[in-house]
Amino acid sequence: MSGLFAVFRKELCDHFSSYRFVILFALIAMVSFITSYMAGLHMKENLEALAKTRFPFLMLFSSQGALFSMIQFVAFFGPLIGLILGFDSINRERAQGTLIKLVSQPIYRDAVINGKFLAGVATISVLLVSVVLVISGFGLAIVGVVPEIEEIWRLLIYILISIFYISFWLGISILFSILFKGIATSALASVALWIFLSFFISLGAEVAANAVAPQDSKSQTKPELFVKNMRIKETVSLSSPMVLYSKATETIINPMRKTTGSFIMMGPMEELLSSRFKNPLSLGQSMIVVFPHMTTLIAITLICFAISYLVFIKQEIRT
Amino acid sequence: MDADTIIETVNLTKKYKKYEAVSDLNLKVKEGEVFGFLGPNGAGKTTTLLMLLGLSQPTSGSAEICGLDPLRKAKEVKRVVGYLPENVGFYGDLDAVQSLEYVASLNGIQKSKIAEKTEELLELVGITKDAHKKIGAFSRGMKQRLGIAEVLIKEPSILFLDELTLGLDPEGALRLIDLIHSLNRDRKITVLLCSHNLHQVQKISNRVGIMINGKMIAEGSIESLAKEKFGLGEKEYSLEEIYMKYFQEV
Repeated sequence: MSGLFAVFRKELCDHFSSYRFVILFALIAMVSFITSYMAGLHMKENLEALAKTRFPFLMLFSSQGALFSMIQFVAFFGPLIGLILGFDSINRERAQGTLIKLVSQPIYRDAVINGKFLAGVATISVLLVSVVLVISGFGLAIVGVVPEIEEIWRLLIYILISIFYISFWLGISILFSILFKGIATSALASVALWIFLSFFISLGAEVAANAVAPQDSKSQTKPELFVKNMRIKETVSLSSPMVLYSKATETIINPMRKTTGSFIMMGPMEELLSSRFKNPLSLGQSMIVVFPHMTTLIAITLICFAISYLVFIKQEIRT
Repeated sequence: MDADTIIETVNLTKKYKKYEAVSDLNLKVKEGEVFGFLGPNGAGKTTTLLMLLGLSQPTSGSAEICGLDPLRKAKEVKRVVGYLPENVGFYGDLDAVQSLEYVASLNGIQKSKIAEKTEELLELVGITKDAHKKIGAFSRGMKQRLGIAEVLIKEPSILFLDELTLGLDPEGALRLIDLIHSLNRDRKITVLLCSHNLHQVQKISNRVGIMINGKMIAEGSIESLAKEKFGLGEKEYSLEEIYMKYFQEV
C-alpha cells in the first residue's frame, strides 16, 4: 500500500501544480460561473412572476444561461478534463526514463497505474465539488432560495455521475498513453475518440435509423415507422457516453422529467398547460429511471480502467 | 544454490517470437564480488537484468536472487536489489532531496528516517551542495550520482548497474567507478556491472562474463580467461585484448 500511496500523492501533487490543470480549472470555473450567473438572473425574473416553483435551486444547474446549462457544459467539455489529466500519464514516464525506475522499486506494478488513476479521479472530484459549491453559493446569493434536502441529494448524485463520466475519459486517455509511445499520438487518439463518441454518434444514429426505418418528409410517415425510427436513433445514440451522461443527469437534476426519452411532441403552449398537472418524481423514482444509464456509465468506466490495467501489467517495461 | 552464491540462473532463456535474446544462461555470482557483465549492444545483458529483477518473464529456465525467485517474489527481490538502468530518468521539476524522498517513500522507509538517510547519501555521492537544485539543471554526471543515491536508499545487498559511466567525461567516470568500488569494499554490496568500458570493468571486477548473441561464451576471472585464450606467459593481457579475442572467434 505504501507504493500506491506514494504514487498517488506524487501524481496528485503534479496535477494540482501543473499549469495545464490550473488553466483548465480556471476556464471551467469561469464558464460555469457565467452560465450560472445568466441562469440565475433569468430564474430570478421568472420566479418573481410565479407563485410557487418546485426545486428552484436545481434550476441553477439545469437552466440555460446565455448558451448552455451547467450540465450541458460538463457533458460537452468535462471529457477534456479527463483527457488532459491522463493522455501522457504512462508514455511520458516511459519517454523520460522514470517508468523503469518506478517499477524497479519494491512495489507491485499495479500500484503505478492504480495510483495514477486514483489521483486523476481525486483531482476530478475536487474540481467538480468546488465548481458545484461555488455555483451553489453564487446561486444562493442571486436567487435567495435555500436548497431542500432532496435537492442536495440530487446534487450529490449529479456529482457522482459526473465523476464517473469524466473518469471514463481519464481511463481512455490512460489506456492510450499505455498503448502509444508518442505523447502527441496518444493525445490525438484520445481527442479523436472524444469527437467521435460525443458528436458523430448522434449523426450515425440518425443515418442508421433512417436506413432501417426511413421517414418520408413529403408523405406522412406511419406512426409505427416513426416510433421505430426514434427507437433506433435512441438505442444507437446510447453508445455515446455523452448521451448516457446527459440523459442521466438531466433526469436527476430535473425532477419534473419522468423519462429519459419521450416520443410525445408538444408545442410550448401545450407543454405549459400540461405542466399544471405535472408532479415531480421522487428521488428514488428518478434513480430508477436513470438506473440503466448510471450502471452503464459506471460499467464502461470500470471496463476501460480494467483494460488499461491488464495491458499495463502484461507490458514489458525496458525504459 | 551454494551458500556464498547470491545470484544464480539455470538455463535462463528469453525469446521474443523467433528471436532468442538470452539463450540457456547459466550464471553464478558470489556474495560480495563485482561481476563485469560484458557484451556488445543487443547481446542480452539488459534483458538478463530485467529477468533477474522480475520485470521480464523468462521463456524458460529459472533464476534465484538471495534464494528468491524473481518471478514469484518480485517485490522481495526488488527490495534487496538496486537497479540503475542505462538511461535513468528523473523528474526534472523536483530537486535532489525531493527525488530521494519520493524513492524512499516508494521503498516504504519510515518518514522519521528519510531526512537523515537523504542527507547521508547526498554526502556520499558528493552532491550535497546541489541538494536543492532542480534535477532538470543537473549534468549527466550529477544525475548518475543521484541515481546511485536513489538505489542506495533501500540499503540493497546487490547493485545492477547498466552502463553506469556512459556519456561521462573521464574524470567523472573515474569518480563513479571509485565510488562503486568503495561501496563494494566498505558495504559488502555485490555488484553486477554492465559496461562497454572494459578498462573500468577491469579496474574493479573480480570476475567477468562475456555475452554475445544471447549466449555466455566465457566466464571467470580476467587471469583465467587470459590463460584460456593466450596460454601461460609473462605478458599481462588487458580485458580489452581478451574480449576482442573472444569476440573475433564468435
